[in-house]
Amino acid sequence: MNNISRRKLFTAGLAATAGLGGLAVAARLARRYGLIPPDNGGVYGPGETLNYAAQRLLTSHSQAREFSRGMISKAPFANAVAPPDDRFKRLQAGGFSGWRLSVDGMVARPGLLSLSDLKSLPIRSQITEVVCEEGWSYIAEWIGTPLADVLNQVGVLPQARYVAYYSADRNWWDSIDMSDALHPQTLLTWAMNDGDLPVGFGGPLRLRVPRQLGYKSVKYITGLTVTDSLKNLGNGLGSPGPEFGYSWYAGI
Amino acid sequence: MVRLTHWLTVIAFFALLVSGVEIAISHPRFYWGEVGNVMTTPLFTLHIPSSRDTVPTGYGFVMPDQNGWSRALHFQSAWALLLTGLVYGIYILGTGHLRKDLFPAPAQRTWRAFWQVIAKYLRRAPPDEAEAHSYNAVQRAAYLAVIFILFPLVIWTGLALSPAFDAAVPVAVNALGGRQSARTLHFLVTGSLILFLLAHVTMVSLAGFKSRMRAMITGRATLPPERP
Repeated sequence: MNNISRRKLFTAGLAATAGLGGLAVAARLARRYGLIPPDNGGVYGPGETLNYAAQRLLTSHSQAREFSRGMISKAPFANAVAPPDDRFKRLQAGGFSGWRLSVDGMVARPGLLSLSDLKSLPIRSQITEVVCEEGWSYIAEWIGTPLADVLNQVGVLPQARYVAYYSADRNWWDSIDMSDALHPQTLLTWAMNDGDLPVGFGGPLRLRVPRQLGYKSVKYITGLTVTDSLKNLGNGLGSPGPEFGYSWYAGI
Repeated sequence: MVRLTHWLTVIAFFALLVSGVEIAISHPRFYWGEVGNVMTTPLFTLHIPSSRDTVPTGYGFVMPDQNGWSRALHFQSAWALLLTGLVYGIYILGTGHLRKDLFPAPAQRTWRAFWQVIAKYLRRAPPDEAEAHSYNAVQRAAYLAVIFILFPLVIWTGLALSPAFDAAVPVAVNALGGRQSARTLHFLVTGSLILFLLAHVTMVSLAGFKSRMRAMITGRATLPPERP
């Protein structure tokens, strides 16, 4: 072995050691600052982690684009949903006056909220775009109660890190971190454009998360669970999506 | 380093291409402006089956949904491409590869030099000795366009499709004319990259596929002399 190749070997070894050391430090820092998504395992775990960490560092305080009234889509697209079950139909026949939102987990005052309870809290409206992972989109005005105001009302404990949300469609649930849960544009939406939120668009209650793709804006919300870890909920991956390859974090 | 980043780019590009085509199949309609969906008129439509039953394609069947892994592979490969591009960018600036080998040499900075190469290609004249070791005027122009125009554009239009990125940097999508324009441009720039790839592979084949591949893998432009 001559001098040059020995020097090359030494440099390469040094670079590899520095690289691995750097990765280990980065992983520790990321864990500490909550930059690791629940679906960080598997072949695509590194990509998911990079997406989530990079976007959390870059976008945590940003606001989704809002549009003028003139840009509201004349014919929004509701997308396909599972047909409602009998229980849903009974509530619908009653004008959803029996619809309840349960709030539990790491909160001081767990309980049930009706739609009129929600409407007595601060109201916000915003004109934002629904963006589907398939590529299509539409703009609508969404009117509802900021999730942050609901969480304030029930008193979130300081160790809370995520909010899981459940749909009347039993196979459907999801979760977001506190950065999105407390974001002013994250709305428990009960009206759209000029009227009540239509069932096709998630009525009577849909969680709109406008900084993430449409599949995070779950329809027919019936429950919220505030938690410090997603490991004990459902599959432990934060939503059913990752089982089918769909990222938990859908800001991209 | 140029060879290593070239082949890493090849792997990442093919992963992006396969997963990108797969994602496009879930909505093979392209629009202009901010919004677009099956209720609005598309700019153009790919007449292929779709993996969603909500898209009217004229075909009587729906393809299986493969978007889960496709999206994950697309973003992971995009990271690989971006990091490879950064290493390559630093390398060609630091070593002078950009100035010496990619930026047109003084004699190559005329239209005349450019057309001479085209004419030579059209005559199917064999490459001269210098061209085995350095790039001609057309090659330099094409490589610079891919490195500094097409790849930055495809990354920009791709990032503009991320709702969280758009929230942080709204100008990224607004400057492109809206979200659906960004998606359509992402598709068209990819088309340009595929055209470059086809031309590139054709030229490599014409110049001698085996010897050029050997050169790009081992770094030796000609065969080493045989040992006795």
